[in-house]
Amino acid sequence: MSSSASFMERLGFRKASGVGEAGWGRTLFVAVIAFIYFIPVLFIIFTAIKPQNLALSVPPTLSPTSFFGLIPDQYVFSPTLENFGSVFSRSMTTGGAPEDTGFDRYFFNSIFISSVSVGLALIIGTLAAFGFSRYPLKGNDTYLFIILTTRMLPAIVVIIPIILMFRTVGLSGSYIGIILLYTAFNLAFTIWMMKSFFDELSLDVEDAARIDGSSEVKVFFKICLPQVVAGLAATFVFGLILTWNEFLFALLLSGADTRTVPVAMNQAVSSGGRGTDWTLLAAIETLFLIPVFLVTFFLQNHLLRGVTFGTVKR
Amino acid sequence: MSSTTATAAPPALMTLAPDNWKLAILVGLAVSVIAAITFPASVSFWIVGAMAALVAAAFVVNAFRRKYYGGLLVAPAIAVLFVMNIFPLLWSLGLSFFAYQSNNQSIRFVGLNNYIKALTNDLAAEANWNALVNTAMFVVFTVAAQMVVGFLLALLFAKQFPLRKYLLILVLTPMMLSVVASGVFFTYYYDPTFGILSYIMGNITGEQFILMDNKLGAVAGIVFADAWMWSPFVMLLVLAGLVSVPKYLYEAAAIDRVSGWRQFWTITFPYIRGLLMLALLFRTIEAFKLADLVILLTKGGNDTMTISYHLIRIANEQNKTSEGAAISYLMLFMVIVLTNLYLYLANRRSHGA
Repeated sequence: MSSSASFMERLGFRKASGVGEAGWGRTLFVAVIAFIYFIPVLFIIFTAIKPQNLALSVPPTLSPTSFFGLIPDQYVFSPTLENFGSVFSRSMTTGGAPEDTGFDRYFFNSIFISSVSVGLALIIGTLAAFGFSRYPLKGNDTYLFIILTTRMLPAIVVIIPIILMFRTVGLSGSYIGIILLYTAFNLAFTIWMMKSFFDELSLDVEDAARIDGSSEVKVFFKICLPQVVAGLAATFVFGLILTWNEFLFALLLSGADTRTVPVAMNQAVSSGGRGTDWTLLAAIETLFLIPVFLVTFFLQNHLLRGVTFGTVKR
Repeated sequence: MSSTTATAAPPALMTLAPDNWKLAILVGLAVSVIAAITFPASVSFWIVGAMAALVAAAFVVNAFRRKYYGGLLVAPAIAVLFVMNIFPLLWSLGLSFFAYQSNNQSIRFVGLNNYIKALTNDLAAEANWNALVNTAMFVVFTVAAQMVVGFLLALLFAKQFPLRKYLLILVLTPMMLSVVASGVFFTYYYDPTFGILSYIMGNITGEQFILMDNKLGAVAGIVFADAWMWSPFVMLLVLAGLVSVPKYLYEAAAIDRVSGWRQFWTITFPYIRGLLMLALLFRTIEAFKLADLVILLTKGGNDTMTISYHLIRIANEQNKTSEGAAISYLMLFMVIVLTNLYLYLANRRSHGA
């Protein structure tokens, strides 16, 4: 009993929650459904290791192995790692020498822009959330609603003036412009989520520390912040997923040097009028999925708690 | 001036002190106006920015001296949101009263003409109206599908079982895919010649199967792809609610031999209702913005044009910036009204219950 309880706690559940236990039967049942749900992703990953000439074969090739004769031979292809190489270097013209595609740069851009803007939004947003939670301003709720409203706006409503603004001041195509934009894009979400976490904390410990003479800065860093690490992790994951795959802003506002992978991917697979390069697209997406997949996997424990926005009371 | 006596005395208007934000505003405004007149926009922007920073610094010092921590903590966030969201919005509001094309230097004041055109012009108004009706249709279908699928998936994972963590990440992966890749791959799955769906259907019926050649099929294809990508989001929210139900409630219900159905409605549902509402709100807002999948799958063909994609075409491809801004504002107005209505109803229900 105690071992299972601690296991559940490691998964982010509290002891008295309504999570019942189920056995391997449930595992099998869920595995089948999760696998079916995962098939389109699996197909993309398998396409990434497919020889290019088999991408559009009829009948479609489905798997790199026959799984001990489970899959008929006509659906099986022999895997290759060539596509991953051609993400970074391939011949752009027929018969030409392999050229650098610049994708190392685009991967760097995606990682750099996403992590800086999500991190920045986390810092600014957490401070603001602490302010909204502990030192309510006059008209606190109005401020919070306006902040939420910026999240409600469709991206397309703000994008026209932002394009104009960036063109006017020379920010289009710069790191600063796109990072600031993504920071704002993540802020509303961060503030609301982190505020709900601060609201849930007990004030007794903080007040005791204040009476003992701790400064407000110390109260924030030594007492409040350690208690909301789960919330920080969850906010980071959600912000990362949204920013990582953002396409519209990146398409319209990033330049040749600051292009992110989604934009570059879109151009790479449809350039030259040869139609979609399926194996290349799959290889790019597979590589592109790995970082965000790993981050989500390792922070998954916090996701379930963080996602509640505090609407679920303890 | 003397009537505003705070706890610590504020500096007089003309004293040169680091916390004199009133003077900073005056100086900042004067310098900004002069800069805007004398320098080109690209230079004056940075001067205005520096002035804003000056005012902000004065505010910070002032707030710090008077222990006004709330304002101090919130200020950076408000500043970023103002520059990146609120200011551009005001700009586009102004722009919507002018005739302006981004590929053309001329700009001319036309008053409400852009709005009148968007609402009453035979061609433009009909296209707008059509895109709006399609958007409403997509909102209803995609959100309904996501809610149902997400809810069922959450029920699956609401118990602790071996390897749960690894199966959960499989279901979460569609959300992490770039919509560019998953959207393009859905064109492959749906492709009449090479696609998997057509291959399976062709083997069953013996004829070529073309999903996207009519409106019903095109809508179904887009809704399926969107629901597949975003159901995990609903699932996470619902799951968070399901795991938060106190266990003793179920134990008490088991002792009282309450039926499973009744247990769900009286115990589980109240705990997840708030989260369901939140998921509904978030997904509805997102569905209103639906454009990328439509661009990739149908390019608006077969009468699947959405308002968001329609705006992209007008503002970005046809360069009719101010016309796009006017339509944006009509749309924004609608979203805010709908959201407020929704929040009002949601609040009233939760208070009434």
